[in-house]
Amino acid sequence: MTARFHLGIALDGAGWHPAAWREPDARPDELFDLAYWVDLVQIAESAGIDLVTFEDAFGLQSAGFGGVDDRRDEVRGRLDALLLATAIAPHTTRIGLVPTVTTTHTEPFHVGTATATLDYVSEGWGGWRVQVSGRAHEAAHVGRRSFLALDPAAVVAGTDPAQTALIEELFGEAADTVEVARRLWDSWEDHAVIRDVPTGRFLDRDKVHYIDFAGDSFTVKGPSITPRPPQGQPVVFALAHQKVPYELATAAADIVGITPKDDAHLGRILGELADAAKVVIRTAPEPLRVWSEAVVLIEDSREEAQAVLARLDAVHKATYTSDTVILADTAANVAAQLLAWQAAGLDGVRLRPARLPADLVRISTEVVPLLAAAGVLDRPADAATLRARLGLGVPENRYATPQPTANDLIGSARS
Amino acid sequence: MTLTSATTAPTRTERPIKQVHLAAHFPGVNNTTVWRDSNQASQIAFSSFRHFAQNAERGKFDFLFLAEGLRLREHKGLIHDLDVVGRPNTLAVLAGIAAVTEHIGLVGTLSTTFNEPYELARQLASLDQISLGRAGWNIVTTSDAFHGENFRRGAYLDRGDRYTRAEEFVEVARRLWDAWAPDAITADKATGEFLAADALGHVDHHGPQFDVTGFATLPRSPQGSPVIVQAGDSADGRDFASRTAEVIFSLHSGFEDGQAFYSDVKGRLAAVGRHRDSLKILPAATFILGDTEADARERSRETALLQVSPQTAIAFLEQVWGTDLGGYDPDGPLPDIDPVTSDEGVTRGRVRHGADPAVIAKGWRELAEAEGLSIRDLVIRFAAKHTFVGTPVQVAETINRYVQEDASDGFVIVGSTNPTGLDEFVDHVIPELQERGVYRTDYEPGATLRQTLGLPV
Repeated sequence: MTARFHLGIALDGAGWHPAAWREPDARPDELFDLAYWVDLVQIAESAGIDLVTFEDAFGLQSAGFGGVDDRRDEVRGRLDALLLATAIAPHTTRIGLVPTVTTTHTEPFHVGTATATLDYVSEGWGGWRVQVSGRAHEAAHVGRRSFLALDPAAVVAGTDPAQTALIEELFGEAADTVEVARRLWDSWEDHAVIRDVPTGRFLDRDKVHYIDFAGDSFTVKGPSITPRPPQGQPVVFALAHQKVPYELATAAADIVGITPKDDAHLGRILGELADAAKVVIRTAPEPLRVWSEAVVLIEDSREEAQAVLARLDAVHKATYTSDTVILADTAANVAAQLLAWQAAGLDGVRLRPARLPADLVRISTEVVPLLAAAGVLDRPADAATLRARLGLGVPENRYATPQPTANDLIGSARS
Repeated sequence: MTLTSATTAPTRTERPIKQVHLAAHFPGVNNTTVWRDSNQASQIAFSSFRHFAQNAERGKFDFLFLAEGLRLREHKGLIHDLDVVGRPNTLAVLAGIAAVTEHIGLVGTLSTTFNEPYELARQLASLDQISLGRAGWNIVTTSDAFHGENFRRGAYLDRGDRYTRAEEFVEVARRLWDAWAPDAITADKATGEFLAADALGHVDHHGPQFDVTGFATLPRSPQGSPVIVQAGDSADGRDFASRTAEVIFSLHSGFEDGQAFYSDVKGRLAAVGRHRDSLKILPAATFILGDTEADARERSRETALLQVSPQTAIAFLEQVWGTDLGGYDPDGPLPDIDPVTSDEGVTRGRVRHGADPAVIAKGWRELAEAEGLSIRDLVIRFAAKHTFVGTPVQVAETINRYVQEDASDGFVIVGSTNPTGLDEFVDHVIPELQERGVYRTDYEPGATLRQTLGLPV
């Protein structure tokens, strides 16, 4: 049996290249219209893509990592990703919808019920991309606490104790938020609603559970106001670049997105993930799935693709860089890279189209057929949820009352 | 020169005919939502919300309305199990409904206590964008520790600070909604200018409740700001509403009571420089229809028995008595013991109306004795009273009378079943209102919620 390989598309603005909005078929004046996003997701759904993600943050986009800049030649502004995904849901039937939801300033209770509601509205196709907010200017939007300016280089180097402490605080809080959400999702057993007329009871309260979570930054009593969502637990995705996030993903995520620059780098990342698995206790219900990330720009030849990239860079007056590999190439070469990752044991890839809709269309019409021909896109024919489509089981409910086994019954009958 | 105007002018100014405004309330987690019937669908499944919303839109309602849940209710220390329980996240399900409707307003209750202005302003602006200008926000305040146990801040807000926080919350939200210039996004591919110069206003707010500094992440939404709805009824609540609200969701559904409330609140507007029509007053209302009045009365009685089961009757009394009344017969007389008074109600997570339990109990006992009411009969009086009972013509005429005689500007209608409880209202009452020329026969194309409500834009 050929192993499967899963495909996600990371949607953001007019595409991931900062100059993409100036392309002839870009629709930059529609970035706040639901119809634009529905169009994009339906392209992906028609192509058989497994899921789409929606980028978000607690502040405006900026060219660098830090505060707000004054550039006026890049896309600025975003819709709330969770509400956008939920509004798209009634327009789709068989593609996962995975919005980015921040864990740093939000209420874990709202995050838990909102992600559960996405799962209800999409009827089992909801997910959540967990993201922390380490930016000082985003903390100022909320005003509850102040951060020192996060320096990604210092974090990676691990040489600055204050930076390391902040990262550990942020990801510790993210892990707590995922834990709260999973407990809230589980806090209703599946058959809690009984509508029992003789006793007048709508609910079997013994099947609804307090979660009594107490962490370093918050406590949540529970239970959820929202019954257990269709998937039991929506799919949790975490992008990770270094040790602390690897540990969060290894402990709590269903899928980790990694950002290899090349094969050697991929090998190091897989080693670090394996190290993380030795030091954390995994609380997620299924083995962690590892997906790669790649920015994709596709033309008919590698030269053309590189030329388009250079043209976009020239328009933008800066060389586009990314945290992950940039594949500016032919569909065949992109497909070959994905198959190489599949052969190396990765479970999937989240592609970031450099231009929207152009590269999404290229992926859908050119890359996907090549992968299908290679036999890695078989999906369960009856997959009615995102979890099923990804081969993830329905998580057991941690609060479910154990059902007596046959032996228990026989034993109790004899005693 | 003509004398026509002098000879034909009416002897007095004709009072303009007011248009009726209606909102559709999704049945909530109260005993009034009947679940004892296999036809009652899920209160969570999106198909229920789709049906409810599309039916309300078929009835040309101004907006639909969803309450908010922040914690499951408890009764006598246990999760209350007699009523419908469980609901989706308000904002998220409104976003889903936005996708399956075109014209109807989308109003949700969202607490100013357990949200932060930056985040909620952003979510509401997103909902307004996604729905092309149909978002509304029912502002509520919550201060108790019971709900606080689900949130970061826990219980910290003094009761007296609730409206202070709410007003500051709205002020910050408005600054965020107004922060982008109206034509901020130019998206000019040729020049490379995505944002106009000075497109983004910086918000810098420092008040007793909030410190919010930075830039909003969304352009101005189609309505600029969502329609502000408010339900508070205290003097503080009325003052807050007169300064801030565009719709009041009122509890005064009696005619004279409604007129008094209407006159009081509309009277407060002039003092803050607002026009009488800038605030719509919509009391909550239930209805039972019948082919004849007698038929409607019978249906009302049947529905009430479904809304107040024997167990619900006892539980309702326990809320006032503050103690276990499980030994009493719901079809028998009221308890002769006095209520136990304590600060902590026997039912937690419910809106409390603040009256002295001993006084309520005494009044109820007197009423039950005078009229020979059992416990269940009496509870039906208070917990399953139907605002409008009659034929569709009678109900339409009553609604119209309320509106024309300033007892309200319309109603927030809630059905007793889920999600089809408003279907027959749309089928039978709406056409009667339309025939009287007091209700729209279609939406204005592209109208925002504020325009649909006839509010100043």
